Amino acid sequence: MSWIDKIKAGIGGKKTAKDEDLWAECKKCKEQIYIAELEINLKVCPHCDYHFRLETRQRIHQLIDQESFEEHDQNLTASDPLKFRDTKKYKDRIKSSAKKGLSSDAVITGSGTIEGLPIELCVFDFSFMGGSMGSVVGEKITRAIERAMENKSALIIASSSGGARMQEGIFSLMQMAKTSSALSKLSEQKIPYISILTDPTMGGVSASFSMLGDIILAEPGALIGFAGPRVIEQTIKQKLPDGFQTAEFLLDHGLIDNVVHRKDLKSTLAQLLKMLKNNPTEESEEPTLTKPPELLGA
Amino acid sequence: MVQILEFEREIFALETQIHDLVSMSHMYDSVGDITHEIAKLKKKLRRMKYEVYSNLKGWDKTLVARHPDRPYTLDYLNLIFEDFFELHGDRHGGYGPSIVAGLAKFDGRSVMVVGHQKGRETKEKIRRNFGMSQPAGYRKALRLMRMAEKFNIPVITFIDTPGAYPGVDAEEKGQSEAIATNMFSIIQLKIPIICVVIGEGGSGGALAIGIGDHIMMFEHSVYSVISPEGCASILWGDKGKTSQAADALCITANDLLKFKVIDEIIREPLGGAHRNHKQAAIRLKKSLRKNLDRLTQVPLGELTQLREKKFREMGKVIEEGT
Ligand SMILES: [Zn+2]
Repeated sequence: MSWIDKIKAGIGGKKTAKDEDLWAECKKCKEQIYIAELEINLKVCPHCDYHFRLETRQRIHQLIDQESFEEHDQNLTASDPLKFRDTKKYKDRIKSSAKKGLSSDAVITGSGTIEGLPIELCVFDFSFMGGSMGSVVGEKITRAIERAMENKSALIIASSSGGARMQEGIFSLMQMAKTSSALSKLSEQKIPYISILTDPTMGGVSASFSMLGDIILAEPGALIGFAGPRVIEQTIKQKLPDGFQTAEFLLDHGLIDNVVHRKDLKSTLAQLLKMLKNNPTEESEEPTLTKPPELLGA
Repeated sequence: MVQILEFEREIFALETQIHDLVSMSHMYDSVGDITHEIAKLKKKLRRMKYEVYSNLKGWDKTLVARHPDRPYTLDYLNLIFEDFFELHGDRHGGYGPSIVAGLAKFDGRSVMVVGHQKGRETKEKIRRNFGMSQPAGYRKALRLMRMAEKFNIPVITFIDTPGAYPGVDAEEKGQSEAIATNMFSIIQLKIPIICVVIGEGGSGGALAIGIGDHIMMFEHSVYSVISPEGCASILWGDKGKTSQAADALCITANDLLKFKVIDEIIREPLGGAHRNHKQAAIRLKKSLRKNLDRLTQVPLGELTQLREKKFREMGKVIEEGT
């Protein structure tokens, strides 16, 4: 009997109001999970490995070396270029999202290190309007790419987004072009870009920078696709196959490089980044570094 | 069968009236001389068309842009290009019938034409998948644009799609990757690229062949991140709010020119391109000629730099206290 089961047995299955703050139900296996344990386990279900969505700051904390994160462009905010209003004003949606979250828009960007290697990191905040990409997201990502070129540091983007932000109309669509164009230059300069797809990565985000990584990794079970499952169902008027648009489905169809468990993500990134820069090119002016073998590989 | 749009009804009624008067005057002498009357009505018709068509809002334009009689890529290919030779396939097992592409002559010079193609008859509509491309279509487009670069042949793309196809097979074959890779690659092609939205500019499916040096839109075409129907159902929770959604999304050529997302509007013949293919084609030809002449003068290195800069500047943010 694990300690978690002991705690559960101790409570005897009866829950008080306070227990709701202590326990969470796994969306996949429906087991009750002690929240403290879930946190220690990087928000992965200890029973079935279901990956809960990770809060942005936690993701950053989990991916890079402690205290190495220096945030950039926090001062960029949405400008509402269309004066958009549906049942609510876009401006008010922004305000209420900004109030409840920690970010001023749907992505946090900054510099940091992974096992000492310099990187530019972009992490999506799904809680901010579904991680949707408007001008601020596009601009922050483009600047992160430009910073990667300037600093010759690798780029890592952890996506979690429903797609383009409709409230910015054509401007949101053009962020796809803007970010893809910037990545084209990054690629020319042979600076590595690793794209991490987390639940969910859809629409205009999936159809731009997310799918352009030199290496594309995904978390287990993450929903990834161009069109949303409901739209597809309505179009083809059929039920979708089980596991459709999951990370594993994409792996099976040759669309991503690998599915990586959250606990292995950081070490995998470090290993890949080291291998990608291991062999200097002929034009490289840097002296050849010979590393002791224990530093290579994870 | 001519499809009449809601706001065209009055125009059609008047047209029919004029038509009837004319045939009457030809048939019966007893009608007397009504030339003057007919001329008056014709003037009224012109004015009516002008008023109606210069005040179309987003949703009206969406209907015009989707009009089944509107000229498609193959129509323009017939009207203003010569010696079109279609090139097929993505070379990776895909055909891509929703996009047509091939070599053609324009003004005596070779060009590569790539464009979405919708169908008119039911069978053709299905074959073309209503202009909604599979990944293979975008990959074919990129393959041929790369070939154009190799042989120093300018590229002209025609955009007319509801969007990239949302289907199981499209997802399995990497719809997202195909669109992303096109933008990523086309931005660097060292060859002039002119893009023309001739009908519907539907989101990522449009952008996949929408990266270029000079972006034009026909006056009554639309270009949007999502269809008004899709937006209405997601944001309003009501499919009936298409008109509000179309207005809110700012999808007309005028909007996009104001936003500097496009560079030029091609005026349509009175009553829309679907009423006069030839006239629309002539105006398109004029714009294409002017811009091809201009762009082929720009050194290729400079051209791609300008193209990158163009897309780099897209978007509006507030930057506080730097
Ligand atoms: Zn579980």
